[in-house]
Amino acid sequence: MCLGVPGKIISISGDDPLTRMGKVSFGGIVKDVCLAYVPEAQVGDYVIVHVGFAISRLDEQEAEQVFEYLRQMDELRELEGGSA
Amino acid sequence: MKYIDEYRDAKAAQRYARAIARITTRPWTIMEVCGGQTHAIVKFGVDELLPKMITLVHGPGCPVCVTPVELIDKAITLASRPDVIFCSFGDMLRVPGTEKDLLTVKASGGDVRIVYSPLDALRIAEENPAKQVVFFAVGFETTAPANAMAVYQAAERGIKNFSLLVSHVLVPPAMEAILSSPTNRVQGFLAAGHVCTVMGYTEYEPIARKYHVPIVVTGFEPLDILQGVYMCVKQLEEGRAEVENQYTRSVRREGNLPAQRLIREVFRVVPRKWRGIGEIPRSGLGLSEKYAEFDAETRFGLADQAVEESSECMSGLVLQGVMKPHECPAFGTRCTPEHPLGATMVSSEGACAAYYRYRRIAHG
Repeated sequence: MCLGVPGKIISISGDDPLTRMGKVSFGGIVKDVCLAYVPEAQVGDYVIVHVGFAISRLDEQEAEQVFEYLRQMDELRELEGGSA
Repeated sequence: MKYIDEYRDAKAAQRYARAIARITTRPWTIMEVCGGQTHAIVKFGVDELLPKMITLVHGPGCPVCVTPVELIDKAITLASRPDVIFCSFGDMLRVPGTEKDLLTVKASGGDVRIVYSPLDALRIAEENPAKQVVFFAVGFETTAPANAMAVYQAAERGIKNFSLLVSHVLVPPAMEAILSSPTNRVQGFLAAGHVCTVMGYTEYEPIARKYHVPIVVTGFEPLDILQGVYMCVKQLEEGRAEVENQYTRSVRREGNLPAQRLIREVFRVVPRKWRGIGEIPRSGLGLSEKYAEFDAETRFGLADQAVEESSECMSGLVLQGVMKPHECPAFGTRCTPEHPLGATMVSSEGACAAYYRYRRIAHG
């Protein structure tokens, strides 16, 4: 139920912040999405969409941290000389 | 697809699995709260990558699964009325009520419609002014901003034939209920990434302190879950109990403030009954006084009816992480997705459905 799918904003319509809508592409499938809760989001941004509402703008830099964390763990191991 | 495929990389998953194995020295039991995480774990076999000493137990984070029978019965009562168009997310239609489910009502002529968003239900209300349109507002904090917006817009635009049957639940009180149960065996949590996207994670900090339990806000892809497990095990091994955030690409500590504002405007915190668990104080949302006219239970005078739950269904134990789905004697025999005894076998997020679907050996 809390399924959230990342998609890319391809257009935005409406000036009223509470009824701001956008077209969001999910790998080519385009849906109308309410953007009221992501006032900072612009065309080209990726958002997490849940039941027709964007609930967050994805942070491109933070998106890398899963891999950065791995790199750091491996570096740490090399420094410690561990191989197990 | 961007922001999905890269988090399913098999090599990176193996590296995380090895890293977890390296730091694990003792058995630990960790609960993933959200049903979406449960499905990812079982579907991708994340649990099978983990060292034997790590046990993942599946949490109550499936709103369909915890909706009490009497609310399903109320939904059925409403959906059976000739003046009502009853709108719901698809998941709810096959959840068994006392005598039947919503799909049966639809098959016998009830106007039951599956919608993708609560705004779709609002549009149906606008298009059908002679009918009463009721939306089954089920969900956790993640869904509350969407449902709040539907009510807010209905009020703003004067759409009077729209109402909600509300069954909203909140995650932190459920986690506390699990932790304070005498049968509890959960030592660490992977908190639900999308719930925290909306609410932030400051609410979890007192829980981590009070019960000395690490809580890691975690995403939904295999690598997210593996990193979440790593961070949680690291805390357990080091004797720490803090709230950490794995899902930083979506979750900020304070959460989504505009969404929280509208939730507070439209809803208020109420006690709520959880299927299989019982009533938990301050564990749900109901409509606030200002929006009380949109409450379907009041509008249609649905008296509070206590209903006995099926004694054969053990979903309460599954939802609290006390029992695994395949340990239930009815699993895969008297209880299947086609003929479910309880909602955990129906919902796309239910733990029993996940085991039935992806663990062929268990019932093959």
